[in-house]
Amino acid sequence: MTKSELIEVIATKQQHLAYRDVEVAVKTLLEHMSEALSTGQRIEIRGFGSFSLHHRPPRIGRNPKTGDPVALPAKYVPHFKPGKELRYRVNGEG
Amino acid sequence: MALTKADMAERLFEEVGLNKREAKELVECFFEEIRQALENGTAVKLSGFGNFDLRDKGERPGRNPKTGEEIPISARRVVTFRPGQKLKARVEAYAGTGE
Repeated sequence: MTKSELIEVIATKQQHLAYRDVEVAVKTLLEHMSEALSTGQRIEIRGFGSFSLHHRPPRIGRNPKTGDPVALPAKYVPHFKPGKELRYRVNGEG
Repeated sequence: MALTKADMAERLFEEVGLNKREAKELVECFFEEIRQALENGTAVKLSGFGNFDLRDKGERPGRNPKTGEEIPISARRVVTFRPGQKLKARVEAYAGTGE
């Protein structure tokens, strides 16, 4: 399911809202979530899961073409941990 | 403080102009439809943010960390999240002081 398909499903369930409003709302939600993570803030949605950042220490990488070592700085990567309800439902225990 | 559904609904109220009840319902519906798709075995791909994929894992040996007793971990389906390029790039630019 893509973002536009998700917008369509939500629009059919929220009949009182204009399609355009659902579209803007979904994009606003995703932007809000991206913004939170990119400022180091966690996201916690009960029954769905939590998003947090995991630290990656600096390391020496290699240019795969030339084999030359490249210093790669420390960074953060987004991490998602599914919540109980999501875990159970996906596994057919819902 | 972590971002919550209440914060997200508040933003929809302020920026999109939904009333408070509509905003709360929309946030609820957004997460429920993603869960529903995953429950139905459909991966969810939100471009710019990331993909929620499904993986089927076979049974594997495990042990009770308290007692050391060996017990098999049953086969199961799990959700994995792969952040998209755009989100990864934005998070990478974050210098830290977080976790």
